[in-house]
Amino acid sequence: MYSLGSESLIKQAREIQEPELRKFYGRLVKLLQLKELGHETVDSLHRLHLILSANKYARTLPSDLRQKLLSLLSSPAEQLQVLSSAVLRETAPSSGEELNNIQENVSQLNTHVAALLVSQARSRTDLSSLCARLVHGLEGRPSDGPTRSLTFTLPVLHSILRLRPESLTEEHVTILSKKLVDWLRYASTVQGGGASSGGFFTGPRSRQPLPTAELDGSVSGDFFTVLCVGQGFTEDQWMNVYSFSMLRRWLLTYHSVSSGNSTMDADDRSEVDGSVVSMVSATSSSSRLLPPKERLREKAFQYCQRLIEQCDRKAQKKSDTELQKACMVEAVCILDCVCVEDPSMVFRTFPSIKALFGRLSSDLSYARVLLPIAQFYLNHGEMAAVDCECVWKLVFGRFPAELFNDPFLAHELLRFLRQNLDSLRLRAPQFTRFLPNLLKFLAWDSPAVVDDFVDLLPSLVTEETAVEMLHTLLDLPCLSAALVLQLRSMSLPISESSSRGLLSLDTFRNPAFRGLFLFLLRVETGSGHTIDRLSTLHDLLAEAADWPRVVRCAQVVPVLLHIYFNTIVTVAEEKLLAHLILVMLERSGLLLAIPTYSREIHRVFSCHLLRLCKLRPSLVVDQSHVLLEFAGTTANVYSKEEVYTHVVWVLGEYLSASSDSRCSVELITSCFETLEAVLFEITSSAPPPGTVCPAPKVITTLMSALAKLASRSHDLIPRVSLFFSKLRTAARSGSVAWCADEDDLVFIVTRGEELWSLLKAPGVAQSVLTPPPHVLTPRWHRDTNLAMPLQLRVLTRLTHSQ
Amino acid sequence: MDKTRNKKNLERPLLVKTSHCSNPVQVDHLTNPEVKIPRTQSGSLNGSWSPSGASEVFERRFGEMVRCFLIHTVGPVGALSAGESRVLFSRLFGPDEAVLSKPGGEEERRLLQREKVSVVARQVQSAVSLSREASGRQLVDAVPGDEALVLQDADSGVVRLRAGDPFSEEVSVLWLGVQSLGFTLVCEPHDNLLLAEGVLRNLSRLCLDNLHMLGQGSEVLLKSSRIDVLLSRLLPHGQLLFLNHRFAQSLEKEAASSMAK
Repeated sequence: MYSLGSESLIKQAREIQEPELRKFYGRLVKLLQLKELGHETVDSLHRLHLILSANKYARTLPSDLRQKLLSLLSSPAEQLQVLSSAVLRETAPSSGEELNNIQENVSQLNTHVAALLVSQARSRTDLSSLCARLVHGLEGRPSDGPTRSLTFTLPVLHSILRLRPESLTEEHVTILSKKLVDWLRYASTVQGGGASSGGFFTGPRSRQPLPTAELDGSVSGDFFTVLCVGQGFTEDQWMNVYSFSMLRRWLLTYHSVSSGNSTMDADDRSEVDGSVVSMVSATSSSSRLLPPKERLREKAFQYCQRLIEQCDRKAQKKSDTELQKACMVEAVCILDCVCVEDPSMVFRTFPSIKALFGRLSSDLSYARVLLPIAQFYLNHGEMAAVDCECVWKLVFGRFPAELFNDPFLAHELLRFLRQNLDSLRLRAPQFTRFLPNLLKFLAWDSPAVVDDFVDLLPSLVTEETAVEMLHTLLDLPCLSAALVLQLRSMSLPISESSSRGLLSLDTFRNPAFRGLFLFLLRVETGSGHTIDRLSTLHDLLAEAADWPRVVRCAQVVPVLLHIYFNTIVTVAEEKLLAHLILVMLERSGLLLAIPTYSREIHRVFSCHLLRLCKLRPSLVVDQSHVLLEFAGTTANVYSKEEVYTHVVWVLGEYLSASSDSRCSVELITSCFETLEAVLFEITSSAPPPGTVCPAPKVITTLMSALAKLASRSHDLIPRVSLFFSKLRTAARSGSVAWCADEDDLVFIVTRGEELWSLLKAPGVAQSVLTPPPHVLTPRWHRDTNLAMPLQLRVLTRLTHSQ
Repeated sequence: MDKTRNKKNLERPLLVKTSHCSNPVQVDHLTNPEVKIPRTQSGSLNGSWSPSGASEVFERRFGEMVRCFLIHTVGPVGALSAGESRVLFSRLFGPDEAVLSKPGGEEERRLLQREKVSVVARQVQSAVSLSREASGRQLVDAVPGDEALVLQDADSGVVRLRAGDPFSEEVSVLWLGVQSLGFTLVCEPHDNLLLAEGVLRNLSRLCLDNLHMLGQGSEVLLKSSRIDVLLSRLLPHGQLLFLNHRFAQSLEKEAASSMAK
C-alpha cells in the first residue's frame, strides 16, 4: 500500500535542485554509453521517469541525454524501449523534425515508439504521416516480420481515429476495410504455434494442426471469432481479436468519413437480401461483389450473428462467461450500428435480437446486456413493427426495482435515458410512469447519480405527475431507508431480525405497515397515496435518520426540488400551481426528522412560494383561505419560521385589488385580523415551553404586512397604530419576554415607529407600501423624457449638499 | 530480494549517488511549491476547449482521445489536504486533443493534462469514500499474499464527469478501490463498460502482483515500466480487447517474460 517512503520519494522528485539534476543527467549519459546496460541503468531511468512525471512542469533534457534515449527506442530489450518511450513522453518534443527523424530512423516501428509518436504529435500532418506508415505496414505480408509485430497497428490507428478520423485518406480506408474483412471472416480455424497434443512420444512429423475449439470445449465448426480457443494462436487470429475490438468504432468513423458518397445501388441490395440463417455461416460468394464498405458491413453482421450463437454455449471458465456478456453487448451494438447505416438490415437482424431478448429477459444477471437490446428495440422496433412493451416493462420496471444497488447498471440505464429522451418520448411515452421506480437509483446512491437526475428531472416533470412527484421527492430519504430495509430483510433470516437492534426492520416485516412500505417502493405512478399516514411512516423510520445513505439522500433533495420548481412554472397551469402551494404548506410540517433536512426544505419552499406568487399574484387571492389558515396558526411561527415569514409577506404584498380584482375589503380585513391575532399573541407572552423566542424577522414581517393591509383599507389604520403605540410603551419599560436580545427589540420598535408615522399620511402610505406597477418596474433609463429631469434632479441635489 | 531493496528505498534518497542530496526526513518539512491552475467560476478548467471548424462535428460524435489509466491514493495522505489524492501512475492514450485543436505552449498543455488527471483522481477518491461510508464496511489490513482476497473485496463503481469538467466531452470513470489505492480507467461513455470493468480488474490484479503493492515498497514509483509493459499488452494504446482466457494467458505470459528480462 501507499507508504511514507513513497510519499518521501515523490517529494524528493519534486524538490530536486538543478545542480543535482545535472549531475544525475551526466551520470546517466555515462551509463548509457556503456555497451552492457545493466541494472543500474534501468534503475536510473526509472528514477528519471519519476522525477519528470512527479512535476507539473515539463523539464528539458540535455540534448546528449535525449539522443541517447532516442537511440534506446530501437534497443532489442523491451524494457529499455518502454523506459525510453515513457521518459520521452514526459518531455516536450524538441521539434517536429525530431518526430520525423524518429519515424525514419527507427528501423522497426514498435508499439512503444508508436505510443511516443502519437503522444508527441503536434500537428495533423504528424498524425497523417504516421497513419500512412502504419497502413502501409499492414499491407505487407503478415509473415514478413516476427510474430505479432503488427498487432499494435490497429490500436494505434484506433486511438488516432477517435480524435482525428480525417488523418486517413479514402485509399487508406479502403485498404483497412478490406483487411478487416479478411481478418474478421477468414482467420485460420486451426490452432496456432505451439499447439501440440501429441505429447512426448509423437514426433513433429505426426503433428496435425488441431482445429480451434468453442468455449464449451467442442470443436469449432465455423469461422474463427474472439470466442474461439486454442493452445496457441496464429497471427491472423490475433488480428481477428484486434479487428473485432475496434470494429464498432471503425463502422462509426467510416460512416462519418465518407458519408457524402455513400450511395447504395439497388443492385447491391438485392445481392445481400437473402435468408438470414443461411447467411450466417455459409461463405457468401455474392457479398464478394459488394464495394468494400458494404462488404465489411455484411461481414460484421455475420460475425455478430455468430458471436450471439456462440454466447449460448456454456463456457468452462468464469472469466469467459463474463467475456460472453461483453461480446453480446458489443455484438448488439454493432448490429445496431449496421442497421442504422443500412435500414434494410433491420429485417435480417431482428429475429436474432428477439431470440436473444427472449433467452435473457428472465435472467437479471444479463441486465446490462439487455440494455443495448432495448436500444435496438427503440431504434428499430417501429420499423420492424415489433411490440416493445415487454422491453420497457423490464427495463423501467424490473431493473430499477430489483437492481437499484448495481452502480454500473444505474449508470448505464440512466445514460440510456438521457441519450434517448426524445426518442423515448416519441416511442415509449409511458416511461414517465415509472418515475417512482427510477428514483430508487437516486435514493440508493444519491451522490453517484444525482448528476443524471439533474439532467433528467426537467423531462420527467409533467402536469399529470407533478403533485405525486413533489411528494415522492420529499419522501426520497424514506425511500432510501426502505431500500436499505428491503435488502436487509432479504439477506437476514426472519428469526435474526432483532439481533442487530433494528426496530425498523421488524416494522418493515410487520404486515400492519406493509401497505406503507409497498407504497414507498411502488413501481409506477398513480397507485394510491398515503398522505394521512405519512407521519406514521416518518415515526417508524425515525431511527434511519442517521444512516449514511439516508443522510446523503436528504442532501440532494433540495437541489432536485429547485430543479423541479424551476421546471414546473414553465409547464403548469394556475390550478396546478395552486395545488402545489397547498402541498408545500401541508408538507412543511410532514418530513422525515433528519437534522437540517426540514430547514433546508423550508428554505426551498419559501424561495419558490415567493417566486410562484410573484409570477402569478392572483394565486394569493385564490388560495387566501389556505394561506390564512397557515398564517393564523401561531405554532407555525416557532416550527416553520422561514415558510411562515414568507407566507405572511406574500399575504401582505399580494392581497390587494391591484393583483386581483376579486380581492375584497372583507378579505383584507379578515386577513388583517388573522395576522393581528398572531402578532398580538406572540408579543404579549413568553414563547411556549421548549421553543425559542420568535425571530425578529417574523415580527417585523407581520408588522409590515399589517401596515400594508391597513394602507389598502383605511378603517384598519387606527387598529394598527394602536398596536404600535402599545409596542413602544412595552419596550420603554425595559425587557420583554418575547424578545431575548435588546438590540433586536430596539430594531423592532424603530420599525414600528417608521410604519406608524407612515400610516399617519394614508395617501403616502398607500403609494409607499403598495406602489403602482410603474414604480416597481422603473424604465427611466429607457425613457429619455423622464431620464433627463431625473439626471438634473440628481445633479442639483449633489451640488446643493456641498 | 525485493523486500531488502524496498527497505533501501525508504532510507536512501532518490538520487542514489549524490552526496549533497537532502535527507528525506528533512524534505518532509519543506513546503511543496506546487502551482495551482486558475479555474473558472463554474469549476471547469477552461471553457474554450472545444475545437473550432469542421472538426467540431467529429468532436461531438467521438469525443476526445481521453481514455487513461491511473493508480492513485484514495485514503488520507499525510501531506495532502483532505479530498486530495496522490497520483502514483498515470498514462494517457492517444494524441493530446488540446494540442491539435488549439495552439498553445507546451507548458500549458502539460499543466492542463496534469490537472485533468488530478481532477479524475479527486473525483474517484470522493466516490470511493462515499461508497465506503454508505456500505459501512470496514477495511481489514491486508498483507502481501492477500491480493486475491482484497480484489474480491474491492469496492467498485463508476463516476460520470460532465463535458467540460475536466474533459471536453463527457466521460465515464470506472474505478476499483483496493484498500487505500484506486485503480481508475477513464472511458468514453459509449465504450463497452462491461468489458472495461473486466479489463480494469485484470489490470489491477496484475499490478498488485507484479509491483507488490500490498507491501511497504515503492515499486509503483520505481518500477513503473512494469505497468507500461502490462498496459502495452492488455490495453494497447487504450484499446479494450476482447480476450478469452487463452489469449489473456498468452499475453500475460509474454508480459511476464518481458518484465523478467
